[in-house]
Amino acid sequence: MMTRGMFETYFLPGVWITIQVTLYSALMAAVIAFVIGTMRTSQLWIVRFISGTYFEIFRGMSALVFMFWLVFSLPLIFQWQLVPMFAGVLAMGLTYGAYGSEIVRGALAAVPVAQREAGLALGFSRFDRLRRIEIPQAWPEMVPPLNNLLIELLKCTALVSTITVADMTFAGNLVRIGESESAPIYTLLLVVYFVMAFIITRGMRVVERQAKAGIGQAPPRTSFWEKLSLREPGGEGTTGAPSKIGGAQ
Amino acid sequence: MPASVDSQESNGQSRASGAELVRFNKITKRFGDVKVLDELSFSVDTGKHVTLIGPSGSGKTTILRLLMTLLTPDEGSIVVDGDYLTHQEKNGKLVKPSEKHVREVRKKIGMVFQQFNLFPNMKVLRNVTEAPRHVLGLPKDEAVHRAEELIELVGLSEHLDKYPSQLSGGQQQRVAIARALAMRPQVLCLDEVTAALDPELVAGVLDVLRDIAQTADITMLVVTHEMSFARDISDAVLMFDAGKIIESGPPDKIFTDPEHGRTREFLSTVLRGL
Repeated sequence: MMTRGMFETYFLPGVWITIQVTLYSALMAAVIAFVIGTMRTSQLWIVRFISGTYFEIFRGMSALVFMFWLVFSLPLIFQWQLVPMFAGVLAMGLTYGAYGSEIVRGALAAVPVAQREAGLALGFSRFDRLRRIEIPQAWPEMVPPLNNLLIELLKCTALVSTITVADMTFAGNLVRIGESESAPIYTLLLVVYFVMAFIITRGMRVVERQAKAGIGQAPPRTSFWEKLSLREPGGEGTTGAPSKIGGAQ
Repeated sequence: MPASVDSQESNGQSRASGAELVRFNKITKRFGDVKVLDELSFSVDTGKHVTLIGPSGSGKTTILRLLMTLLTPDEGSIVVDGDYLTHQEKNGKLVKPSEKHVREVRKKIGMVFQQFNLFPNMKVLRNVTEAPRHVLGLPKDEAVHRAEELIELVGLSEHLDKYPSQLSGGQQQRVAIARALAMRPQVLCLDEVTAALDPELVAGVLDVLRDIAQTADITMLVVTHEMSFARDISDAVLMFDAGKIIESGPPDKIFTDPEHGRTREFLSTVLRGL
């Protein structure tokens, strides 16, 4: 089994790195997804062309190979070295931003044309229509697929272990080599990834409820999950339990 | 309270009633091979209420949508309050209008849709204040004050804090009327505003509109199949058929003694339901 020392020196910092990489990549991907996704609904062909080109290129690129390219090829071409963690975040942010842009574009396209017309009739500019009318209405539709994408991104962060970023998978491999026991450590890794994904899902569920409440749709009843939620007696929910919007039930 | 609906107040140009406010010049509009409007010309004077009637597909709604700039004409021009809506004058020539020019002229026009089209992500009050605040640049308390007055006018003061999805169709449509009026347009387009409502909710909406038509100094362009309503509020009725005006005149004349055979035929079909 893994010793306490190994756990504290390698594994825990690795978990923290995984969280950081996930967070930074997700943030970058979110910004790209919204910018590219809204650009792709533009009426100007040139804007659609530029954003569409971005989407096609980065959707079709292997994040892993792109990481290798950033870390091993870029320095040869430009005499310019990226910090490995930054390279990892960049590769995943750009790739997942492309995937996310499709979700944003699709949800925006699903907002009824009548809403655009109502906005136009009241004199809103294109930007105001997007900001005040179309994005807020499309947002609840985006949350579930974005949740999927975020979990995929979390699991994809294991790729950074191949470019020497000491994330949790990297630490796991170190421990495995040190202990020459692979079953316990890989099982532990699977469990930790699962727990992280589960926490993300729970968090996104709260976001989804809030989003739906924000367009006047009653939050969906999820009594089964309510019962499962880790709630401190008498207090606010601890692990993102949806106590805020659901109210007292 | 009804004084707040005064359409000329905010836009400054207080024009004598009777001056021409909207003019369609030889407008042609095609959808594919179908010519929906065929060199149509007509005008509406300030303060007048004009109702467009005619069989479905005769181009009535298209006229309102052209005026609201939701469509652009294939040929011809539209003038609103002395400004071209479809063009822009540059060095004495008429050119394609800039987005900014269209937005400026469009401010004079308001529209209420058949399907209400309220913003589901905003509560009732914000539906009405959003455009005055962010398009006209009104300070928040002024926009709220204006909205509250209008929402009271349409009889929904107790629903300020609800989402559109929590209201009935008739209530939603009354909010939509308040929302359009909050922009203080000079022309209000009403596009079959009761057609999507359950029968028992129609009267409430029409009463509100009758009230506005009587008390407010606003020009109205109305497409409706509610003939008694049309008769009550209209100064003039235009009968459409196949993209052309085939008959026009005061409501009493059109509804009791129409000259054109198509008008008689249309009216008898519509009124049979009553």
